[in-house]
Amino acid sequence: MANQNHVASPSSEAILREQKQIRREQFFSNKGMLIGLIIFSAIVLSAIFIPMVNGVDPNVMDVVNRLKPPTAEHIFGTDEFGRDLFTRVLYGARSSLIVGCSVALLACFFGTLIGIYASYFKVADAVLMRICEGLTAIPGILLAIALMAALGASNTNVIIALTIVYTPSVARVVRSSALVAKGRLYVEAAKVQGASSGRILWKLILPNVISPLTVQASYIFAQAIISEASLSFLGAGIPAPAASWGNILQSSKSILSKAPWAVIFPGLAVVLCVLSLNLLGDGLRDYLDPRTAGRKKK
Amino acid sequence: MVSYILKRFLSLIPTLFVVSLVVFLVVFLIPGGPATAILGMEATAEELAALNAELGFDRPFLEQYASWLGGVFQGDWGQSYFLDMSVLEAIGEYFGPTLSLAIYAELVSLILAIPMGIIAAYKRGSLVDTAAVSVSLVGIALPGFLLSMFLMLLFSVKLKWLPVAGYRELSEGFGQFIRYLTLPALSLGLVQAAYITRMTRSSMLDVLYMNYIRTVRAKGQKEGIVVLVYGLKNAAPTILTVIGQSFGSLITGTIVTESIFNIPGLGSLTMSAINRRDVFVIQGVVLFVTLLYVVVNLVVDLLYGVVDPRIQLGRND
Repeated sequence: MANQNHVASPSSEAILREQKQIRREQFFSNKGMLIGLIIFSAIVLSAIFIPMVNGVDPNVMDVVNRLKPPTAEHIFGTDEFGRDLFTRVLYGARSSLIVGCSVALLACFFGTLIGIYASYFKVADAVLMRICEGLTAIPGILLAIALMAALGASNTNVIIALTIVYTPSVARVVRSSALVAKGRLYVEAAKVQGASSGRILWKLILPNVISPLTVQASYIFAQAIISEASLSFLGAGIPAPAASWGNILQSSKSILSKAPWAVIFPGLAVVLCVLSLNLLGDGLRDYLDPRTAGRKKK
Repeated sequence: MVSYILKRFLSLIPTLFVVSLVVFLVVFLIPGGPATAILGMEATAEELAALNAELGFDRPFLEQYASWLGGVFQGDWGQSYFLDMSVLEAIGEYFGPTLSLAIYAELVSLILAIPMGIIAAYKRGSLVDTAAVSVSLVGIALPGFLLSMFLMLLFSVKLKWLPVAGYRELSEGFGQFIRYLTLPALSLGLVQAAYITRMTRSSMLDVLYMNYIRTVRAKGQKEGIVVLVYGLKNAAPTILTVIGQSFGSLITGTIVTESIFNIPGLGSLTMSAINRRDVFVIQGVVLFVTLLYVVVNLVVDLLYGVVDPRIQLGRND
């Protein structure tokens, strides 16, 4: 799949260039993916840079200005302690994005290891896949809650718990793509020529797994953000006073009728972020899938 | 069919074994043992050791696991230290509201999602389709607890149509029961509906462009029958799977929703257990919900054969 292009001989450079051109056009004609990419980049960039520039402390209380609706000074309003919600949402974005990104990377790393080995070694397959099935049988958020209850609430533990929750689904996706690749003629040929299993796994099979893995990563990123928010909302996630989207929303719950903005803005942040990641994932799937990449959707 | 059912049951054994191991580990792995969770940070080392020994947590891993598993089979799921009842009693007491909420939410999502998905697929590319796809895209991105708060804000705080929170038993009258459950069921059901709409649409799309549909049309069958009988029948297995999965996520979704609407169900039980670190209750709820989830999926699998006679259960395996 991914290494189709490498088959081309040097003389077919023109074809290669044309292919690249087509791919570029496909990239830019994929509106959902572009919109997702733009929104997501905007969230990431503002989470990184705006707190640096405006220098507002997300935890500084200002009792005189508590529960103030959005104004020019506090564009998202203030919460029950008079803290600036805009700043808190941005700091919340930082923790949510760090959790989401770490979980996506770690789950992909372990999922790939498990999936690739499972696809190649029968015994490993039987054992690893049963473990994955068992883990996926437990509803995700519940497993995360249970793990958090055991490990205790902290940033790192949220990442550990969610990585355990999402690794099996990555392993499954990787395994099924790897199984397809394993059956290919060039893999058979390499085996006959005596290539080591390490070489076959990491040089020949792994490239075939990258596309579905990328798509999966973006979905897991999104899912992890929702799960982190839910965990923190339940009080089993990132502990206060550190801002995360989940615990901002948790503290806003009790002031829902007095200060709806304290729910609406952090809520919109979660939705926009998850939506943009899902759009990105859908777009990537269409872009990277050889079956749909050639033709236009709809 | 019988051999299929048997096989399906046998395949559950390794899954359930792993589940039991994970659920057991949740308590086993608590730093300092479950006594730390029960007694809190102030307890002395002697007190902790004494309670851990009393609970049997000073024994080797395998022995602990075996005795725990044995207990699970005999209906001894441990004791809640804060509720003063056994874990199973607690689950029994709190399950009713959760089940009512999950069923109501499932109904909401099916009534909305199945027709939406079918219409969107049938009128592919139309305004209705675009709207359905966009709404479900947003719905999937919306965490349940957020929708709960938005709906609460709109229907309870602004419009004052429905109660903000609380729960009424069915014995207090059906009207009240439904009135209190409607908002939670809507917030859970709408999120599920987004997902089911999407899946219904895509499975209908796969089916509606098949040759046999064209043949049925060519034979002059009415459009309604073409779509609803011939189309839906073949899209049913996929939709059924999704419904099965969604029931599982609804049960877990209730955990968050209940805590927002103060419904005394498994979710509230879990929440208070988290706050008090009542680890055996958490363990019990995870085990219970997982078993429920596994059973629902088993039933869905077995229903395949009923819905789609082409799937010759047992022969293809």
